[in-house]
Amino acid sequence: MGNPANAPLIDVDNLGVRLNTSRGPAQAVRGISFSLKRGETLGLVGESGCGKSVTALALMGLLPDNAVLGGSVRLDGRQLIKLSDADYCKLRGNRISMIFQEPMTALNPMHTIGQQVAEPLRRHKNYSAGQARTEAIALLDRVGLPDAAKRVDAYPHQFSGGQRQRVTIAMALACEPDLLIADEPTTALDVTIQGQILDLIADLVEERGMSMILISHDLGVIAENVERMMVMYGGTVVESGPTDEVFRRMGHPYTQGLFRARPRFGARKGTRLKTITGTVPELADLPSGCTFADRCPLVVDGCRAALPPVVEVGHGHGVRCIRTDVSMADRVGAVSA
Amino acid sequence: MTAASQPLLDVNDLVQRYTLPRESLFRPPGQVLALNGVSVRIEAGKSLGVVGESGSGKSTFARVVMALERPTSGRVELLGRDLNQLPADELRRARRDFQMVFQDPYGSLDPRQTIVRIVAEPLTALERTDRATLRARVSAVLRQVGLRDADMDKYPHEFSGGQRQRIAIARALITQPKLIVADEPVSALDVSVQAQVLNLMQDLQEQFGLSYILISHDLAVVDYLCDEVAVMYLGRIVEQGRPEDLFDHPAHPYTRALLAAVPRARAGRVRRRRGAQAIASQSSAATGCPYISRCPLADQHCREAAPALRRIGETHLAACHKAEEVMALPAVAGEAG
Amino acid sequence: MSDPLTAAVGLPTTSVPSRPATGFWRRALRHRSFVLGAALVCLVIGSALLSLVWTPWPAYEIDIASKLKPPSFSHWLGTDSFGRDIVSLLLVGARSTILVGIIAVGIGLTSGVCFGLLAAARKGWTEELIMRMSDFTFAFPAVLSAIMLAAVVGPGMLTSITAIGIFQIPIFVRVTRGSANAIWAREFVLAARASGKGGFRITIEHVLPNILSILIVQATIQFALAILAEAALSYLGLGTQPPQPSWGRMLNDAQTLLFQSPMLAVYPGAAIAVAVLGLNLLGDGLRDLLDPRLARER
Repeated sequence: MGNPANAPLIDVDNLGVRLNTSRGPAQAVRGISFSLKRGETLGLVGESGCGKSVTALALMGLLPDNAVLGGSVRLDGRQLIKLSDADYCKLRGNRISMIFQEPMTALNPMHTIGQQVAEPLRRHKNYSAGQARTEAIALLDRVGLPDAAKRVDAYPHQFSGGQRQRVTIAMALACEPDLLIADEPTTALDVTIQGQILDLIADLVEERGMSMILISHDLGVIAENVERMMVMYGGTVVESGPTDEVFRRMGHPYTQGLFRARPRFGARKGTRLKTITGTVPELADLPSGCTFADRCPLVVDGCRAALPPVVEVGHGHGVRCIRTDVSMADRVGAVSA
Repeated sequence: MTAASQPLLDVNDLVQRYTLPRESLFRPPGQVLALNGVSVRIEAGKSLGVVGESGSGKSTFARVVMALERPTSGRVELLGRDLNQLPADELRRARRDFQMVFQDPYGSLDPRQTIVRIVAEPLTALERTDRATLRARVSAVLRQVGLRDADMDKYPHEFSGGQRQRIAIARALITQPKLIVADEPVSALDVSVQAQVLNLMQDLQEQFGLSYILISHDLAVVDYLCDEVAVMYLGRIVEQGRPEDLFDHPAHPYTRALLAAVPRARAGRVRRRRGAQAIASQSSAATGCPYISRCPLADQHCREAAPALRRIGETHLAACHKAEEVMALPAVAGEAG
Repeated sequence: MSDPLTAAVGLPTTSVPSRPATGFWRRALRHRSFVLGAALVCLVIGSALLSLVWTPWPAYEIDIASKLKPPSFSHWLGTDSFGRDIVSLLLVGARSTILVGIIAVGIGLTSGVCFGLLAAARKGWTEELIMRMSDFTFAFPAVLSAIMLAAVVGPGMLTSITAIGIFQIPIFVRVTRGSANAIWAREFVLAARASGKGGFRITIEHVLPNILSILIVQATIQFALAILAEAALSYLGLGTQPPQPSWGRMLNDAQTLLFQSPMLAVYPGAAIAVAVLGLNLLGDGLRDLLDPRLARER
């Protein structure tokens, strides 16, 4: 009560986003709620069009003007929905930062990396050019860029993909944000580099006591890097809970399907992958009721009637499904290590 | 001549050298060895997986095998014919036997052509065929990949990513080739759709006795579809063998690093640490083993002499002085279930 | 294959390829800028055709007595400084305008696109040679080449058309090569090569259709520039020779009387504006209509 250390840093309640797409209005996100304390990490996992990136952009206040937001997003108790763009600019890059998938497009090819890392410092902290440059070198050094002092005046094209992602991380961290949103930060990188970047992000999160939201399509990346996770499908969270619990139980048929569909080692030639039939639905024409109903092997009439309520299947582990009795009997959850 | 004596594809000592743009007027332009002595054999009906990170030369290998690029030296023999010695006209006719599937299902289909024209392209490139026959052939092959006749007159933008990749596969199948070179065929697809396409590729292989060369960064995908795997690093094959040799008993430190880097989706793995690794550059022509800068086992001998690809098991080749030592290391944690 | 030249001058009937007509015309009729553009272009073409059979007054008849008359029932838009009927002049002038546009843009487009496609397809020294030659041509102003041509074959409409056409070649070469290079880098071209198609077929079947919309838009811009260039050359006495009227000449004639009767400049100016606007709208419309991706949404 009133203890700032225990109060949530970010508190999202019933967030909804409606976008106007070329195919008409689409409810891209509905009914998302979560809260994160300082130092906590949350993973969002799902396929394209599931709403995970839209959620991130909504938190960043970066959605297009025609997007309609509902619900509430509070940062340290302050309501962010309906915040003016000018006020949001003061938060972005300062208290909330984002790392994007494609480091090459996130960096301006015409500016040196030093300028780009120093920019948020000069804008939000009013550093002098000299101060900002010193700080930028320190940051680039911290994110593991070799020869940071020498290469601070180099341009983005002079770096490899992994190094560029390190630069964008330095940019995101410049003002010591409270919340870091990483949207598929390693998808464009090689697998051995991916590990290094994820380690770096994890170290920095720990070191600075930030909260992190990690977005990925890869269940493996989520399993290894965050404490809690949410599985999204068709704009809704279908399953959420502590990462270990979710992987141990796997309550939702979609989580199970996603897990089974991945090719994995030891599945030698001749074995078959278990697929989820059909394709990811368009946001503009989502089925009413459970969004997964059209592809679900366990679907019954009741699924299509209304959005299923969240069923608590374990401590803090919720599943938005009315057939958990059947789905959980299958026990697909990975054998725990 | 028996089938055993003549492989489907025989690639011998392939070298591909690219000249970089000149940086200085007075120094000779830099060169990159994208392929540095690559040799493989594929028997009819068998599949080869080629794995490696970006810059390993795996895509160059695909393009040279497809005779889209002329190698600096070396031979590519398909059914006993050296593709690079064939006159243009005969090469075109020979293309009936080997087709390609590309990574990007959005970029590899001409947005201004209908599906029937796209799928029929390999046929129309070979010979004049009347419209009715053409449409019949396209219809048959579309059904084999799980699409409908009604799709023939649509345009690519009307399909989802997974469907587009089916269209690309249909295009490769229409000449009833013996070999399909697939360059990252599923890496742009959602996980649930990826499984459908991989199952389809496996079905088609059984049905038509196809061979695949599957280029991928995803070891599990290769494991699932291939009889043999080659790991490439900086233009060379550093390890080659059956998936069970390679993935269960890796003999090259690089293969081990690749395996260890793959995130595993299961409970109890939050904050798994990965080792730091440096990145070697492709244009540096160092003596000794090319992997030396990243190798934890490197010693003086490795620095002085580059290891050749040598036999370390019945079907298992590795280019490492310490292959036996590496194989004796405890297995990289596999994925259960 | 749709011919960008006819498309540029607004003959949509011949320019519509045998695209599976999932209601091409239905879509076309609902496309606002296409319909408006087509109407304006038809107006210009109609005027030219009409002038072949009928004009309110003989266009070449000089009647000094009734010079610079304001609009009246007999002369709807008045008369010019030689007493010629403005409406008749505009109708007849449409002929040379269209002729200049078609032929000059035709010369520029056909040879420019051919060279540009060749440069993109062949690369290497072929590309180098074509681009340097086109730079060389580009460095010559149209006026200069017109003067040189006039010195050899004498001034006249044909001279100016040829000079303008040659001047347009390098522009089309650059635009074509640039956009064709982008298409050559796409994966579907690699797929076509992998199926055994040669450079010529890839150019015709993949590259040209994909750059067509860019060429159409460029052609409409060039058409407008050609009309203006013709006006400039006529002013120098290198273009259309008197008494044959053209909009450009009318504009230049009006210039000297700008303070006495400003309307004389407004009429041919408005005619040029209508033609240029019509072409631009038509070009935009065609670009949208030829793109299958936009087919559903319009």
